[in-house]
Amino acid sequence: MNKSADNLSKIKRSLTRRNRAEARFQWYGRVAIFIGLAAVAVLFIDIIGKGHGAFQATYIKLNVSYDQDLLGIENLSDPEQLMMGNWDAVPKVALREKFTDVSGRRDKRRLNGLLSNGAGFDLKDRLLANPQLLNTTESIWLLADDDIDTYYKSWLDGEAYAARLSDKQVVWIDQLHEQGLIRLQLNTNLFTRGDSREPEQAGIRGAVMGSLLTLVLTLILSFPIGVSAAIYLEEFAPKNKWTDFIEVNINNLAAVPSIIFGLLGLAIFINFFHVPRSVPIVGGLVLTLMTLPTIIITSRAAIKSVPPSIREAALGMGASKYQMVLHHVLPLALPGMLTGAIIGMAQALGETAPLLMIGMVAFIVDIPGSFTDPATVLPVQIFLWADSPERAFIEKTSAAIMVLLSFLIIMNTSAVWLRKRLERRW
Amino acid sequence: MSPADTAKPAKAASKAASKSAPKKVAKAKTAVPKVKKTEPKVKKTEPKAKKAVAKTRKAVAPQFKAGQSLDIDDQQITVGKSFSDNAKMTMRNIDVYYGDKQAIHDVSIDIAKNEVMAMIGPSGCGKSTFLRTLNRMNDTVEGCRVEGDICMDGENLYAPKLDVVELRARVGMVFQKPNPFPKSIYENVAYGPKIHGLADSRVDLDEIVENSLRKASLWEEVKERLHQPGTGLSGGQQQRLCIARAIAVSPEVILMDEPCSALDPIATAKIEELIEELSENFTIAIVTHSMQQAARVSHRTAYFHLGKLIEVNPTEQVFTMPEHQLTEAYITGRFG
Repeated sequence: MNKSADNLSKIKRSLTRRNRAEARFQWYGRVAIFIGLAAVAVLFIDIIGKGHGAFQATYIKLNVSYDQDLLGIENLSDPEQLMMGNWDAVPKVALREKFTDVSGRRDKRRLNGLLSNGAGFDLKDRLLANPQLLNTTESIWLLADDDIDTYYKSWLDGEAYAARLSDKQVVWIDQLHEQGLIRLQLNTNLFTRGDSREPEQAGIRGAVMGSLLTLVLTLILSFPIGVSAAIYLEEFAPKNKWTDFIEVNINNLAAVPSIIFGLLGLAIFINFFHVPRSVPIVGGLVLTLMTLPTIIITSRAAIKSVPPSIREAALGMGASKYQMVLHHVLPLALPGMLTGAIIGMAQALGETAPLLMIGMVAFIVDIPGSFTDPATVLPVQIFLWADSPERAFIEKTSAAIMVLLSFLIIMNTSAVWLRKRLERRW
Repeated sequence: MSPADTAKPAKAASKAASKSAPKKVAKAKTAVPKVKKTEPKVKKTEPKAKKAVAKTRKAVAPQFKAGQSLDIDDQQITVGKSFSDNAKMTMRNIDVYYGDKQAIHDVSIDIAKNEVMAMIGPSGCGKSTFLRTLNRMNDTVEGCRVEGDICMDGENLYAPKLDVVELRARVGMVFQKPNPFPKSIYENVAYGPKIHGLADSRVDLDEIVENSLRKASLWEEVKERLHQPGTGLSGGQQQRLCIARAIAVSPEVILMDEPCSALDPIATAKIEELIEELSENFTIAIVTHSMQQAARVSHRTAYFHLGKLIEVNPTEQVFTMPEHQLTEAYITGRFG
């Protein structure tokens, strides 16, 4: 009796100790998760804070006249005339009409500097789409220069950054603002154009298309190859030192620095097979090499997770091994395989280093339309913009990062969703 | 403990020698150590067994000489009536190895046509392993090796030209845990006929499915929901679905590996009833942990012990007057 009471008090004492240890342990976990979430939050706040401005661009409203004589063209359907046309003159004339008191070459140049040097080409596109506008006048919002854009946004935020502007330009912008002739609009250029030296004209469409083409090729190549390899290794290959060796090497491959895959691609695909450089084909091939180990490893795990009872049931029914795999193992493992493929694709989407080695880092203005067009990809575009000296590229870079991150979030969410949706219980 | 330890190296050595030697010679060589090593092992579980083995060997020897004209190794320690004149499957001198470990030692037995043969024995005695040699499910186990002759209707199951796919269509199997495919009830049953091309038309297939489900006495319970997942059924229904799936390809033999161990008593009773009905058309070999089940459903019972077949006799005799002391010890619950 005495002894059991003694034991009970001992247990009670140790119990409080154990409970405290468990509470501590839980707190470690909470702190760890908090640190992780805080890091993500800081990243997002910083990027969104810097990049949100890029989704708007500064436009200036002017009266432009599509004067035939000024443009120097007679026939809008003659490409040669269109090419030779003096498109820049239209916005320049419009500006000079707006600010009639400006004189002197330097001031005129500064006045012209208010607008993007692509404004004339925007007007050309508009005129070509609406030929009836020739020889008429209209009031239209024109894209401002990136320095004006930076100044105007910072001025609206209350911390005007005028270092790149002359005093007169500041005054002009002030005047325009008072008259309501300068404003921020949705920056459609960001989503509809390719890269450009001029920040206000630069867009991510080219990079997004390049990424898309590259990833499509990567998926087409790596998924069937990876799944076939995984099925063979898991279901058919004898378990011996050769398959062990292969397994070790697949795991090694997953850990090889990506730049080495770039060098490999350069040496094999470009130098040996003479695939043209900078094109999505070679990018897709290199990313396939990179993604394969991920897909093989996740597919093998998915195949392993199919319960052996299902295999036995199929074999016991007289299904051949091939039928067992095709009818039972594969359908049950497919959600896991797809999840692995999406995660692999997300990795490939964010990959930069190997693509630098195969020339996808080139400055490419045209939006790629096929696998053989020169292209760049989103992360490389971010790298290029981050490297550019123009201040306006800072927010462009952050905006491109936001687009890339949202693609990654969509892909990873769909992986989780797919797994939850297709997962079968048995 | 110590005799067992010292016996092991000798066993390994003799086995290594026997591997390279021709079979008959090997048998003779291993003969002496084989019997010796049984004794200490048995001693561990049952102190009286040492005497028992010695005694039964003496008692059994004349019976073998008188009773059977079949090829019997004189080291055979199986007692009772292992063989049948009306054999569906004949197994002779079966040894099964997992890597270096021998799981089945020299088992010879017949399974007669339309009989229910129960295999009982303590855990790890090799009864499931033995069952799985009958449809070559052991082929899928890495490092598993089967020696000896297994014939069905005189045809060697381990002949190189025999296709296991065909064999498994003729020898169906029901597993310990109900393992329906995660598909509809209909598809579960239709799977076998489909892959073997047994049905000529959709109507044919429907008929096969219905008949199989009726034979498995599941039809009345599921006829309204044939296209719902088979995994949604209760455990007992799932097991009967697995039986329906097995008989859908009209096998000649059905192997059942502890088919009721995951089921409640009511579901068990249904399956047992079913086994009795099925024995009219099929030959059934059933491994069970439950001696009552063996007593209820089987015609003959085989008792396995440490990878050896100790006794085979009509079920009634095994449970009332076992010939072998080990069998008696097991069925009276002294171990196992």
